[in-house]
Amino acid sequence: MTTASSAVQLAGVHKRFGEVHALDGIDLEIAAGEFVSLIGPSGCGKSTLLRVVADLEQPTSGTVQVGGKTPHQARLDQDYGIAFQQAGLLEWRSVVENVELPLHVHGVDKATRRARATELLELVGLAEFAGSRPSELSGGMQQRVAIARALAPSPRLLLMDEPFGALDEMTRERMQAELLRIARETEAAVLFVTHSIPEAVVLSDRVVVMSPRPGRITEVVTGERPGPDQDVDDVRESGAFFAAITAVREALRKGHG
Amino acid sequence: MVGRARAVVAAVAAFVLLVVLWELAKLLLPRDGVLIGETRILPRTDDSAMPHVWTVLGRLLEPEVAGAADARTVGAAVAAGALFTLGLSLGGLALGGVLGMLLALAMQRFGLLERAALPYVVASQTVPLIAIAPLVVGWGGKIAIAGWTWQPWASVMVIASYLAFFPIAVGMLRGLNSPAKADVELFHTLAAGWWTTLVRLRLPASVPFLLPAVRLAAAASVVGAIVAEISTGTRGGIGRLIIEYAQSATGDPSRLYTAILGAAALGLVAAGAVGLLDVGLRRYRGSIR
Repeated sequence: MTTASSAVQLAGVHKRFGEVHALDGIDLEIAAGEFVSLIGPSGCGKSTLLRVVADLEQPTSGTVQVGGKTPHQARLDQDYGIAFQQAGLLEWRSVVENVELPLHVHGVDKATRRARATELLELVGLAEFAGSRPSELSGGMQQRVAIARALAPSPRLLLMDEPFGALDEMTRERMQAELLRIARETEAAVLFVTHSIPEAVVLSDRVVVMSPRPGRITEVVTGERPGPDQDVDDVRESGAFFAAITAVREALRKGHG
Repeated sequence: MVGRARAVVAAVAAFVLLVVLWELAKLLLPRDGVLIGETRILPRTDDSAMPHVWTVLGRLLEPEVAGAADARTVGAAVAAGALFTLGLSLGGLALGGVLGMLLALAMQRFGLLERAALPYVVASQTVPLIAIAPLVVGWGGKIAIAGWTWQPWASVMVIASYLAFFPIAVGMLRGLNSPAKADVELFHTLAAGWWTTLVRLRLPASVPFLLPAVRLAAAASVVGAIVAEISTGTRGGIGRLIIEYAQSATGDPSRLYTAILGAAALGLVAAGAVGLLDVGLRRYRGSIR
């Protein structure tokens, strides 16, 4: 049942917090290199689902596999990188040292981790801020540092919990373009939690729509992730983009019943 | 650097202002103080109650024992006493600091210990110092380690550390628990264990809480050392000097003021030593988010 090419596999996953039924029978498979967004109303369990994959929560029942391993083993092996809504950079570390953190924690020698962090700062376009303090950066730049940090161990999977939720609309669109480029260059699979329908549609191969508590997958809509030779702004103005937005919106409405 | 220079100027100006106020009070207020009926609302300002500033400073240069030409000066005696007490205070601060930090680490590691021990840690500070002093001396008297017998100064150091450990334990515990839940979870996803999370996250995050705690502890250990010297009758420190000079205060009031001056200078030096720590840890200072 496990295929080497799948980044994440969830089968019959339930999660209860006492009386609260957060996740109800989730079946989902994410292929290697695939970009999947989770969208749904507040409290629908989409963050819980991501946290189950990240081994931050244990499922009450069902099986979870990350790259063919248990989430626990995948976490120990640093098979995934994670970014939250708050960048969560450590103020006593410079920007480059923040990117190095995952490697530092795992005892990678200084020269190697500095080289890798410098490469990643170039990838997110912040090479000239390597020596800056995190507080000297804007919110969007801090979030890019957090993404670079998540990519430090070269993970095959990137978990992102509303990473652009705190950014203004303009910065947010720029960050979406950046993320698309990064995902293409690293070929990592991405599981992306968001509140924004256009964001989910423009980034994803598939948009997974969830219903309010108990969290169930109600529908999976094909997203409009641009190909390597497509411009993201062209996608944002295309008819297919608006059609997909309408499809997601209707799926959300149906979920509300 | 400008800020530092300005702080020094402000401190000197404050001292000059205090001297001017002192002398103005002597000049302008009635010598017998101010009385309303039987109640004295302002103290006497005559030379036996408030000696002139220059009399006090002059006294520092005079010999401690009148008439003995080769005896050391009062200033030298005060300086020697202050230095002795400074050593015990810093020793007490170091001892209390280590104990406080270890206690905070243990309480952070084991939540049960925090709930069990913290009330007693708080209660420990409400026991008066003069009640503890004879106990420490009594226990110490029974200790002899490898030929070394307990010395009175060791009791003073232990009592000073008793006051110093409290702010450090409480401040450090707050600091260790200060990282946001998201930061702790990030370290969890990085598969970092308790030790790595401590070294790379909790300890750096605790510095902004620890520095003011150490400053409080330094002041507390100076007070603790002086009171302990007095209540244990330990010789050689500024506490003993204050008692000795106070006994002759009616005949020679300015002498007592030299000892008080010495105690104040001692506090300043102890605070300055903590200031050095502050400079060394500058990188971590502003890390409260």
